[in-house]
Amino acid sequence: MLTSIALFAAETAEAAEKAGLPQLNATSWPSQLFWLALTFGVLYFLMSTYFLPRIGAALEERRDRIADDLDKAAEGRRLAEETEAAYNRSLGEARARANVIAAETRDEVGAEIAGLQKEAEARLAEKSDAAEARISAMRASAATKVRDAATDTTRAIVEALIKESPVDAVVSAAVAKATGKV
Amino acid sequence: MILPYSGAAKGRDQMIDAAIASFRALNPYAAGPMEQFEVLPIVPLTLGNIDVSFTNSSLWMVIGVGLIIAFFFAATSKRALIPGRLQSAAEILHEFVANLVRDTIGHDGKKFFPYVFTLFIFILVANYIGLIPSIPGSAHQFHVFTTTSHIIVTFALALLTIAIVVVYGFAKNGLKFLRLFAPSGLPLWLMPILVPIEVISFLSRPISLGVRLFANMLAGHIILKLFAMFVIMLLGAPAAFKALSIFPFLGSVAIFFLELLVAALQAYVFAILTCIYLSDAAHAADH
Repeated sequence: MLTSIALFAAETAEAAEKAGLPQLNATSWPSQLFWLALTFGVLYFLMSTYFLPRIGAALEERRDRIADDLDKAAEGRRLAEETEAAYNRSLGEARARANVIAAETRDEVGAEIAGLQKEAEARLAEKSDAAEARISAMRASAATKVRDAATDTTRAIVEALIKESPVDAVVSAAVAKATGKV
Repeated sequence: MILPYSGAAKGRDQMIDAAIASFRALNPYAAGPMEQFEVLPIVPLTLGNIDVSFTNSSLWMVIGVGLIIAFFFAATSKRALIPGRLQSAAEILHEFVANLVRDTIGHDGKKFFPYVFTLFIFILVANYIGLIPSIPGSAHQFHVFTTTSHIIVTFALALLTIAIVVVYGFAKNGLKFLRLFAPSGLPLWLMPILVPIEVISFLSRPISLGVRLFANMLAGHIILKLFAMFVIMLLGAPAAFKALSIFPFLGSVAIFFLELLVAALQAYVFAILTCIYLSDAAHAADH
């Protein structure tokens, strides 16, 4: 069966060959050429004058638009970078100014504190001087009173011992001699 | 229906006729592998005394060009900044051919772009139309017809290309166009050998260009038809062989996919060779 099929195929091909290629039948050539020229011509005309320019224009338009948008984006970026630089610059300036102000304030406050301290110290010194003076005055008066008491006592003792009232100067001298210099 | 085998009537031929008759009995639309190439008149026309009848070939040329025009009309009607599907397809085709022309011919190629584009799309669509199956039961003259399977059509297109090459070559380079046949920097004694070779190779261009496309279409369609015939024959055979029909069937599917590739490839080859020949014409003086 298979061989007969193969045979049949071979026979068919042979028969086809015998019948000739329809392509080589020249009677249909004028008609084919005529309609080829007509259809191809119409297609060429429409393509070259209408369709292709339209597609080309659309592509061109898009290319221009993209280039435009890219330009705009680059411009925007440049602006953003400029703004950032300006911001950084002003930030630096502000920081420097803040440092100056801080230093100035620190100095002022320091000076004020020093002034107040000096004043307070002066007041304290004055007070302690006065107190010292009062203390030494009190000490002196106390010593005088002790000496007077000693003189009186000495006199009283002497009167009691010898029934004689000694001269003040002598008593004082004796007291002084006994107590040492005051 | 026209029966190309009806004339054969002796011995082995009778056997063939019998085989074909049984074959037709199985499938009344089945035909020999060559019937698909027959040019049949639909509307008889004459121009002077030349027969320019509207045939099945003309019909499918008109359908092909009509489809192309309809496609481009739909694709370019909006011309949107952001293209839709159709517009994208048209733009991809445009860019594809434009790049081909620019890369092969260079700056001078711009004026040939519409020609190369028309050629490419015309052949591409004709090749693809040929792969559409016919409507079963339709009359023979309305079967799908591959216009590019006829050598007169492909040869005419090839000759048109070469005519443009020659006319443009002489118009642009004058007599320097003939330098195409005598490349510079060649020792003089080689000229008598090389110039005839170059001339012959130039003259064979339209033939090879036309025959390549025609032969590819012819061979592909014959093979498709033969595989299909095997399927029908095996189906008509005893039960044991019916199952075997799957093999030619799978074969015809495989060949169909191959033909899908060949259809696009041959259109591309025709377009790129046209570009190369035009490039020769544009740069002949620089040889």
